[in-house]
Amino acid sequence: MNELSKIDRALPWMLVTPALLWTLLFFVAPFVAMALLSLNFQAEGGMTVSNYSQFFTNPSYYRAMINSLEVTGMVTLISVLLAYPFAWILAEQIPPRLQRLALLLAILPFWTSYVVRSYSWLLVLAQNGVVNDALLRTGLLTDPLQLANTRTATIIGFVHFFVMLLTLTIFASLKQLNPSYRKAAADLGAGPIRTFIHVVLPLTIPGVVVGAFLTFVLAIGDYITPQILGGNNELLMPQLIMMQIGRRGDFPLASALALILMAMVTIAYIACARWLKIERT
Amino acid sequence: MFTSFMPSLKRSACAAAIASIAVISPAAAADLNALIWCDHADPALLKPFEDANGIKVNVKEFEGTGAGFAIVDQSQPGDWDVMVIDSIDIPRGVEKGLFEPLPEDKLPLADLYDEVTMDGSTRVDGKRYGITEKFGYNTIGFNNSKVDPADMQSMSALLDEKYKGRIAIYDYYLPIIGMAALSIGKNTADLTEADLPAIKEVLLKMKGNSKLVGEVTASQTALATGEVDILVGGGEWVTAGLARENPALDFSVPKEGAILWSQSLAMFSASKNKDMALKFIQYVMSPEGQARLATSSCYWGMPASKAAALDDAQKKILRFDEQPEFLKRSQPYPAPSAELDKKMQDLWTEMLQSQ
Repeated sequence: MNELSKIDRALPWMLVTPALLWTLLFFVAPFVAMALLSLNFQAEGGMTVSNYSQFFTNPSYYRAMINSLEVTGMVTLISVLLAYPFAWILAEQIPPRLQRLALLLAILPFWTSYVVRSYSWLLVLAQNGVVNDALLRTGLLTDPLQLANTRTATIIGFVHFFVMLLTLTIFASLKQLNPSYRKAAADLGAGPIRTFIHVVLPLTIPGVVVGAFLTFVLAIGDYITPQILGGNNELLMPQLIMMQIGRRGDFPLASALALILMAMVTIAYIACARWLKIERT
Repeated sequence: MFTSFMPSLKRSACAAAIASIAVISPAAAADLNALIWCDHADPALLKPFEDANGIKVNVKEFEGTGAGFAIVDQSQPGDWDVMVIDSIDIPRGVEKGLFEPLPEDKLPLADLYDEVTMDGSTRVDGKRYGITEKFGYNTIGFNNSKVDPADMQSMSALLDEKYKGRIAIYDYYLPIIGMAALSIGKNTADLTEADLPAIKEVLLKMKGNSKLVGEVTASQTALATGEVDILVGGGEWVTAGLARENPALDFSVPKEGAILWSQSLAMFSASKNKDMALKFIQYVMSPEGQARLATSSCYWGMPASKAAALDDAQKKILRFDEQPEFLKRSQPYPAPSAELDKKMQDLWTEMLQSQ
């Protein structure tokens, strides 16, 4: 009996050990190495925060963080606003037997390479691209719009990708909603709009927040989309980090910038985690 | 930049990422393992050498000397045999103890254009550590059906309102800072921190007139698709490869001059295959190797050797006959100290962030 309880006690640890080792090797160890590198840590003693102070004293550096927050915030907001009605149509308006097919069709474009898709957007938004061509031919414009190589292009590229991600998380929330809640609201005299605002929306907020958090995390750390579509007319944090490595190989500064970026993600996580906790109670 | 602790720190990090090291480590010691730029990945260049020597050349592409050295740092000594590197960065590799002196008597140095041997960079303490294999110009690339070619004979056109929104800037700070320096009458070899404010003024004006700042593919695409008509920093490396499809793409060496880019081959001192590494360097420097490298599918450029076996059409596209004049009017990349390099990169960052 005593032996059995020992095994019982050890079993959970045995089960989580591979995951713990994985996290230690591929997250904790590189994280500590990066933190030490960012401080120019020396074995014989001594370290400096000069890489961090550079970030806060150089306007071009902290401007990159502001740009990243502005772009990511905008992408997250637009993606949520587009994804919610899309998910609602999929969950509520499409017959259940066609929902799988509809979801498949919706995510089909994402089977192509992310880089190829970004370059495709560049061609679509270019001065001689499909968008400008259509607007000029229909007479809606007399001169082409400057769309490619702008912040707008970066946001369009991001939104195209993240709307689908958010749609999936919101769709899952909507499908998990017990239909009796809506019936109860209707019995109590609530119309469809009131039911949506007071019942459906609050109950699907966890799905929205999870999707929004994923969107924020993935967008703020993305290098490819702003690099291809933004035309380097402003720098975002991942571009600033890459810039330190290319020619000069300044890994300590790149590490410091990466950790600052990570701190922003952590703050976003804390904000979302607190919010989600309230929703779960 | 790296402290004494950094190598051991890096080794620890690498040990924790065995899987990723396996991915970037070359395949087998018997093969030739080369750290290269994309022009060396062309099978038309590699296959004749592989067939002649019965070996496989394993290549790993990288961009930027810092990124290349990072790959070496993460590898085991002896993993790599040869490296393609910016000629001006050879002393950085020598300082890190990476490179092996090359036997000058076994290399066709006499065939090279005098201006591109770059002995100031390729030779350190009297020993040759690199040999220039390809060169070209960071200058003004343009579409001659969209702009007045006469305007492209002066860098002042880059700041002219007439071309506002029709310009792309190549995203590499050293040559473009070099071009800005030339435009205000400064020699690239003499640049100091005191010159940066005047250079900044030019760069900000240039940015204000431009539509985008793009790396190699983005800037090439912008010029080729008509998104822009002028590429600051462009040259034969952009226009020559596209000449057959779009003969309107052209480049000029303006009256202020151009920046000479130059890439070299170096051999690793830890190479386990030095004989084959030297054979590879000799092959690339041979007339056939030079012609294949110059016309690589990734990008074209001038062969460093005057003996390159190019046909007349290829020579015409590369403007072979004009090289003596172009070389006379060109200056090498700025080769700043580490401190000045950092300041130049910060200046570039400021330019990119300016609205």
